[in-house]
Amino acid sequence: MKLFGTFDVRYTQCTAIFRTLTHKITFVVFLLVLCFLPLIAGEQLLSLLTHIAITSITVLGLMILVGYAGQISLGQSAFMAVGAYASGLLITLCGFPFLLALPCAGLAGGLAGLIFGIPSLRLKGFYLAMATLAASFIIPWLIVWVRPDITGGVYPGLTVPPPVIFGFTFNTETSMFYLVITITLIMIYLAKNITRTRIGRAFVAIRDNDLAAEVLGINIFKYKLMAFFICSVYAGISGALWGHWQRALNPEHFTLMDSVWYLGMVVVGGLGSIMGAVFGAAFIRILEYFVTAVAPILEGWLPEGLAGGYAIYIFVGLGALTFGMSMILFLIFQPRGINHAWRVFLASLRLHPFSD
Amino acid sequence: MVFFLQLTVTGILTGSIYALIALGIVIIYKATRVFNFAQGEVLIISGLATTTFISFFGIAIGLISGLIVSFFLGLIIERLTLRPLIGQPILATIMMTLGLSWALRGVGSIGWQSTIRQFPEIVSHSQIMIGEVGISRIHLIAFLVSMTVFVLFAIFFKKTKLGLGMRATAENHQFAQSTGINVKGVFAMTWAISCFVACIAAILLGCIGGGISPTVSMIGLKAFPAVIVGGLESAPGAVIGGLAIGLLESWAGGLIHPSLMEVTPYFVLLLVLFIRPYGLFGLVRIERV
Repeated sequence: MKLFGTFDVRYTQCTAIFRTLTHKITFVVFLLVLCFLPLIAGEQLLSLLTHIAITSITVLGLMILVGYAGQISLGQSAFMAVGAYASGLLITLCGFPFLLALPCAGLAGGLAGLIFGIPSLRLKGFYLAMATLAASFIIPWLIVWVRPDITGGVYPGLTVPPPVIFGFTFNTETSMFYLVITITLIMIYLAKNITRTRIGRAFVAIRDNDLAAEVLGINIFKYKLMAFFICSVYAGISGALWGHWQRALNPEHFTLMDSVWYLGMVVVGGLGSIMGAVFGAAFIRILEYFVTAVAPILEGWLPEGLAGGYAIYIFVGLGALTFGMSMILFLIFQPRGINHAWRVFLASLRLHPFSD
Repeated sequence: MVFFLQLTVTGILTGSIYALIALGIVIIYKATRVFNFAQGEVLIISGLATTTFISFFGIAIGLISGLIVSFFLGLIIERLTLRPLIGQPILATIMMTLGLSWALRGVGSIGWQSTIRQFPEIVSHSQIMIGEVGISRIHLIAFLVSMTVFVLFAIFFKKTKLGLGMRATAENHQFAQSTGINVKGVFAMTWAISCFVACIAAILLGCIGGGISPTVSMIGLKAFPAVIVGGLESAPGAVIGGLAIGLLESWAGGLIHPSLMEVTPYFVLLLVLFIRPYGLFGLVRIERV
């Protein structure tokens, strides 16, 4: 968002992350707020923010794949499972330090993605969606049945230790919040840089017209594979963080339906915008939190026969319906997502009173 | 040997249900180029609605009104969710059916509270013995019903005006429109018919399992491999694909390891994507990059 009198005279200015002093000040204020938030916020709010941040990482990966490269993956949560188990097992079995296990988890997620992605990425159309659909059933099955002695199977699952960096143990909600937010900011920065450089422009070219992209000399298969690899790496890192945050892993936490949620966040946030991934993750997670918070209030209003044991199903259904409807409504009425709405809002503020 | 034959028979009979669900997906994909990821959820909703109607009006009227309601459910879904997306990229329609699957799941959970709804025993569960292989009567009837549905659809697509219109729409939307076919009407009818077929599948599943519960949507997910194996555009392919998936899953589960039942369809899916991505009977117009 450029203010009046700000002109781009060089290409680097146009693609700069922070263009004006206002941007820089806003960003510093935002960082300060994040730094001092744990002093005033309760555990519940911190836990919600941590959850949003972890989700943002996986949605960022999906945003690069779906929003920039135009491919669909239905296996995001399966690749998160790969990352979570890789990090957990590397630390407990091989004694890796956390800072080494985290990139390894990302790499493991990425490699798992490549195995499933290579055959279908050669094809046009939505075959990647089908291959990753298969992945989201095969990977949990492998986790449960291949070596249940080391992964713990479905029960009791795998216990993951809290992250330790240079002797400091991140075992409280507050310390975990700082760790996760730091990693999320780094991942946002990386994603932003991927999309505003050569690779990102190649992705956009493939998404918009693959034939034209090929004529321009872009190796489509290579870049599609790269987009999918990046997407799965993000999933792996996000999954690893989730595992260390929850400290207990179970294949049933990573289902096909969660992958659909992440896709929904991409749609709600706005396809083709890095900030959209964060907006989408925040919007859906806050909506989910809100539905859970409202549930006990609603319970009093339910008819006699439905209260008690059945109430829980109604609230679960309410959550599912809210999520599904928000995905549908955004696709019909605001296909460019929250990010676009936010930009329009900013522009109208700036142009006041000449905006409509 | 008897065990193997038994597995084969069970596999074919289960596969006929997958085939019926796959047929619903193929009908929609053929005419509208939308891959319906929500077919399993449509199946649950129509099945649950049918159980409610049966409990109010008795079996005969209940079944008929369930079928009619699912027909209209299809019309409503098409009008409210897919019609606004005509002309949008395939990505948007996939997202839409995925969102739809969550919305329908929510409706099912709110309306029927995720409990198993009993289905009346319309057909007895006794077994017919052929040699030493036992065939459950209800499975056999389900198999015959789904095969009848396929034959009826084959006739419908070849002989009736609406069926021919659907095939024309499948070929090319603009050409179909210029020959006077109401393409939007065809889209609506396609969804309605597909939901109707899903309701038949739901009734058969209810009869076999004795009830409908939301976990049934897992069966909808197994129809996707069936569709890919058979070929996206091919109705006979859906039948063969469904039967093949049922058969392979039954063999793998019975002969190798029971846990393989759940994942075999997806291994088959990956294998097909690797060697023959257009499926057994699909149109060979895959473009490679």
